[in-house]
Amino acid sequence: MQDRTNDFAIKIATVNGTGSASANTLLMKSIFRSGIPVMGKNYFPSNIQGLPTWYEIRVSHKGYVARSGNIDLMVAMNAETYARDVREVTSGGYLLYDSTWPRPTVFNRTDVTLLGVPLAQLCNESFDGLRTRILMKNICYAGVLAALLDLDLARIRELLAETYAKKQKLIDSNMRAIDLGYDYARKHFACPLPIKVAKLSQTAHHIMIDGNTAAGLGCVYAGATVAAWYPITPSTSLMDAFKGFADKWRVDPATGKKNFAFIQAEDELAAIGMVLGAAWNGARSFTATSGPGISLMGEFIGLAYYAEIPAVIFDIQRVGPSTGMPTRTQQCDVMSAAYASHGDTRHVLLLPRDPEECFYFARDAFDLAERLQTPVMVLSDLDIGMNDWMCPDLKWDDSYQPDRGKVLAVDEIAKLEKFYRYLDPDGDGIPYRTLPGAHPKGAYFTRGSGHNQHGGYTEDSVEYQIVLDRLVEKFNTAKTLVPKPVIDANPRVEIGLVAYGSSDGAVREARDMLQAQGIMTNYMRVRAFPFGEEVEQFLEQHRLLFIIDQNRDAQMRSLLTLETRVEKAKLRSLLHYSGLPISSEFIVTGVLAEVGTRARVVGVGA
Amino acid sequence: MTFMAKPKVRHPSLPKNSLGLTRRDYEGSMSTLCAGCGHDSITAAIIESCWGLALEPQNVVKLSGIGCSSKTTAYFVGGGHGFNSVHGRMPSIAMGANAANRDLTYIGVSGDGDTLSIGLGQFCHAIRRNLNMLYIIENNGVYGLTKGQFSASADVGTQAKKGEVNRQPPIDPVLLAMTLGAPFVARSFSGDKEQLVPLIQAGMRHRGFAIIDVLSPCVTFNDHEGSTKSYAYTREHYDAAVNADFIPFAREITADYSAGESLPVVLHDGSRIVLKKIAPGYDPTDRIAAMAQIQAGMQKQEFLTGMLYLGRGDREFHDLNDMPQRALNSIPYEQLTPGSRAMDKILARFR
Ligand SMILES: Cc1ncc(C[n+]2csc(CCOP(=O)(O)OP(=O)(O)O)c2C)c(N)n1
Ligand code: SF4
Ligand SMILES: [Mg+2]
Repeated sequence: MQDRTNDFAIKIATVNGTGSASANTLLMKSIFRSGIPVMGKNYFPSNIQGLPTWYEIRVSHKGYVARSGNIDLMVAMNAETYARDVREVTSGGYLLYDSTWPRPTVFNRTDVTLLGVPLAQLCNESFDGLRTRILMKNICYAGVLAALLDLDLARIRELLAETYAKKQKLIDSNMRAIDLGYDYARKHFACPLPIKVAKLSQTAHHIMIDGNTAAGLGCVYAGATVAAWYPITPSTSLMDAFKGFADKWRVDPATGKKNFAFIQAEDELAAIGMVLGAAWNGARSFTATSGPGISLMGEFIGLAYYAEIPAVIFDIQRVGPSTGMPTRTQQCDVMSAAYASHGDTRHVLLLPRDPEECFYFARDAFDLAERLQTPVMVLSDLDIGMNDWMCPDLKWDDSYQPDRGKVLAVDEIAKLEKFYRYLDPDGDGIPYRTLPGAHPKGAYFTRGSGHNQHGGYTEDSVEYQIVLDRLVEKFNTAKTLVPKPVIDANPRVEIGLVAYGSSDGAVREARDMLQAQGIMTNYMRVRAFPFGEEVEQFLEQHRLLFIIDQNRDAQMRSLLTLETRVEKAKLRSLLHYSGLPISSEFIVTGVLAEVGTRARVVGVGA
Repeated sequence: MTFMAKPKVRHPSLPKNSLGLTRRDYEGSMSTLCAGCGHDSITAAIIESCWGLALEPQNVVKLSGIGCSSKTTAYFVGGGHGFNSVHGRMPSIAMGANAANRDLTYIGVSGDGDTLSIGLGQFCHAIRRNLNMLYIIENNGVYGLTKGQFSASADVGTQAKKGEVNRQPPIDPVLLAMTLGAPFVARSFSGDKEQLVPLIQAGMRHRGFAIIDVLSPCVTFNDHEGSTKSYAYTREHYDAAVNADFIPFAREITADYSAGESLPVVLHDGSRIVLKKIAPGYDPTDRIAAMAQIQAGMQKQEFLTGMLYLGRGDREFHDLNDMPQRALNSIPYEQLTPGSRAMDKILARFR
């Protein structure tokens, strides 16, 4: 293998509940702190203890932090998955295993270098107690990797010290396990391997953060005061994060009282009801859920749409249908979110690509929900929500003022002859609202049943249609307010890639890989629904469009077909729905399969 | 945010409350219910109660689910905001609204179908959170709006208008609420304004979850022979256990009550509710004994009415969650955001 300094991927196969998570975080963070761009992704089962789990680390001096689709080194710690783990290693790669026991017959590849370390034996000799030995075995492989990959031991020591704070005994035992592995590897193998790390300075002003934490923080910064939810993977950590930050930053120093309400609801129906009640009453409120929760919230989402009540809903998508694979990632709620609820309903969706955007979109979601008086859903996914991503430092602009939308102040209400809830005085489709308690003249009756523009009950066709048609106008206004797509386009290029959300990293790498083969592509990352004019134009300008979806049914392609003028015939789908995050290789393969050889395409591009 | 309502010029002879408002000022839009529907009488009692307490209309929040009963929030206190939500889910709307602004008076109106079937879960959990609201069930034993199907409060043996007999045991909202620890539980009858008005007033002043189950005959689908929630049946089997008379602190009248018969209880806002014991030995502060008596009454097919249970000193939602006195929706944004200066500290964990 040629020198692959700062450019490789490793995967660690373990059993969940055995403490491997701390070892993996330790490895990833030590690389990050050495200034090298790194990706860490956790593929875990819907189970608390005893099932196979994997962790993939990718190191890339070019800053590619999506899955590449290749594994250069496999750490096989779980006998149950040996067979598939060995198969996954790229030719010329390595496989590290516990050689306490005889070499398994499934390790029969001649193109992979086997590295046996008697991890169990080393730990049994040095540590007492079954549980400690299992935990230390995992720390021990981190030590082996430190030697093989040339990781900085000082960084590892520093991280352990931070993790275990004042528990010196724990720091010592962990460090002993690291040294055991490290020394063994140095003695028995040619360290470091061609896949190794070398200090860079590319991670300054960056953090490693997961999307749920970033979104929860965004809600605190945006001034959300009412949070209601029902636990569901993979959204739970968003609420945990909000609570954690709020407990620290939202407690009145004088009284010790909490300037927020955090309500664990009895189910998602109640959670969204609470969010609507609070928003109707003038508080910024939100919930976080996943696909099954969105299904349950359907009825209330329709009420919010029709009665025009703001709401912010984070949907951290996971694999469906039904309970599906709750700990695996997908982008499978695009359609059900866009059209959630019965009757003619359409909703604003924000599509963050990573934790950084989760933070800023959390803020934008509240502004949009209140400006438009409608539910706004932020469609994140498990990959963004639960994995640590390298992001630029989050920044807060202190001049930010929340956009509370068209809420009449008490003196404005007092001056009115009479208040009517659903008129469109500004011609943007957005009516004015009042808050309970403000003024008796501002009182109105909120209902999901037929209402006219004055807010009165109606079953009159014309009156009903006036309101319904205005809602279309409002949706058109939304097109101009939602985040615009990010477009990288050269007018001479005829092939366009269209992606959204967590696919972004893989697409960007794939474009470079395609370019290296002479295939030029333009790229549009859609960041919101409804689609604005920029989206229409990009679609129009390309002869061939690949719509990249992490679901089976091409949901974004369907939505684009329904909601833009695009010609169906020029759309192609690249569909990734294995439950793992999409890889750059998958996209390259998909594009190549359609556009064929280099010769055929060169004429098209630059 | 409060605003003193300017009294509308009305017929000078109409009595005014301390805000200078007449009963008319507490009315809402015209009822569209069937003539004679028990629900309309409850609406009248709510109007009387709000007028009597001189509530500022804009501070009254009216919440409901779906059903004939739930429609009635449009028929009282037109100067207060109303929210007719979705079937069975009013408690969650009330919870969110209350969390956002604790300064308003929250009145929820629901039906037996809305509360005891589709909304049973939310009803129970609102009690567990001790949401500060008055929750009125307008209980007619049927689904009025969908034309007369049995509800979960229909008694065994009740006959539907079309002749079908109910064989499933009822869920009693009063016993259920008491089991769950509701601090204020009452039952009344739509046709008994004398009893109902003081109960509603007490329920509104009470801090924490107050529930009044009001038997309210449906004249269209459940007021025939064979129904146990008809006017005739209810009047006959009506056993007023404890008469409640609510007297706001400011103008307490005790002359009507001799010491041996009345049990004054101080409410959280300092006002008092005086309970007149009619049934000898009934103690509304003893939950277990009260439940036994309610059940004994039910065995005789009698509705024990009145102030059936009143706990004391309960901590409502905001207390239970260490929330401030100040309404969350009134806290300025500057006090809610950590600001850019906190960001460095926050991000340190992620480096
Ligand atoms: C989700 C949903 N399911 C069913 C209905 C139809 N529905 C409307 S009112 C009602 C029953 C109402 O009964 P109750 O709460 O007792 O009110 P009443 O009309 O008797 O006062 C039903 C089933 C609905 N509105 N929503
Ligand atoms: S159907 Fe029954 S409950 Fe409904 S309005 Fe008529 S009488 Fe009242
Ligand atoms: Mg009913």
